[in-house]
Amino acid sequence: MLKDRLRSEPSSPSLHSPPRKSPGQAQNRASNGLDQFFASLQDQESLSILDFSGASQANISFITSMGHRIYSNDALRTMEEAFGTGGDFITNQSDPDRAALFLRENLEFPDRTFDGALIWDTLQFLAPPLLQDTVDRLYRILRPQSSLLAFFHAEEKAQTAPLYSYRIVESKIMSLTPRNQVRPVQYFNNRSLEKLFQKFHSVKFFLTRDHLREVIVRR
Amino acid sequence: MWNKRKEEEYPPKSPATPAAPASQIKENAPMSTNPAPSHHPTESRGPAVIGKSVMIKGQIFSREDLTIDGEIDGSVELHEHRLTVGPNGKLQAGVKAREVVVLGTIHGNVEASDKIDIRKDAKLVGDIKTARIVIEDGAYFKGSIDIARPEAARPAAPAQAKAQSSSSTASNAATPATAAAGDSR
Repeated sequence: MLKDRLRSEPSSPSLHSPPRKSPGQAQNRASNGLDQFFASLQDQESLSILDFSGASQANISFITSMGHRIYSNDALRTMEEAFGTGGDFITNQSDPDRAALFLRENLEFPDRTFDGALIWDTLQFLAPPLLQDTVDRLYRILRPQSSLLAFFHAEEKAQTAPLYSYRIVESKIMSLTPRNQVRPVQYFNNRSLEKLFQKFHSVKFFLTRDHLREVIVRR
Repeated sequence: MWNKRKEEEYPPKSPATPAAPASQIKENAPMSTNPAPSHHPTESRGPAVIGKSVMIKGQIFSREDLTIDGEIDGSVELHEHRLTVGPNGKLQAGVKAREVVVLGTIHGNVEASDKIDIRKDAKLVGDIKTARIVIEDGAYFKGSIDIARPEAARPAAPAQAKAQSSSSTASNAATPATAAAGDSR
């Protein structure tokens, strides 16, 4: 898996830079983005939520206990299957067959299937042509008025950004388990994010102290 | 060593009563209404097992607990019993059981009326409908999870329960179940 290789193959020249520190303990921290996301689901039942973090007991239990259905997938794993993990990770994203495989494995659903999407930090690993296709596909499969939560690392000069496993602890608290340091494909500021999600109704940002830009996008 | 293995695999024969001709057995056989234990092995053994070298294409129905360590292509139904998919088990099948424990691989939708337990290193691609789910770290799962709560656990007024039930059905119709079913890798 990509996450495993990130630990064991730190010398890849393109996407993954050498780890500055080994994977550490999980840390709980408050998340305004997560709070806003679950506030948008309040007083509703039997919604369909897309979760890109991979199957975890915490996320499954939390969402199903609210009376919702969860669709779980490990987007990093399918990214590895589609584009590999070596130095050609980004160039492989321009290959139409590989890009189609990635979209098919992650986002092949009927239009307006989901009432919410937890994308976490997946989008920052996608290069522009595929990135826009992915966002367009997310727009299609989300219902109007639904919310999408995405994270982008906000430290412009940083050579690497931490890669986390995201687990829901409470509606406004999440657990972050550091997996490695990764070089994001590109840096996103507020302007570029507004442009990326321009089809959507609104984009709201929360900049955290640990240089993580939490973004709530309303369809 | 070979003899020891054979003893483990098959019921041991009594060394005190060597094999005798059929006529002799008939003459010496005691009259009894109690069946010999060896004629009813299902009463004392564990769950039925489909071994790792077995491959089955078709439908499996079972009225007892079943462990599958081989390959199944079709469907598996054990409505009131437990299905265990062993570490070597590979199912390309829809599954219905009371309880499902996955240590191997399932490609297909799973309906467990009581509980599904997806262990570390297991792989499940398909939609799950169950009352309870346990998923260990390291397991791979891709698909939707629909928690079907038993009606008895909902003491709400009948009208309200009915309304919830109908809204749930409506929602399920629009959920990714059908998409995910064809989304198996």
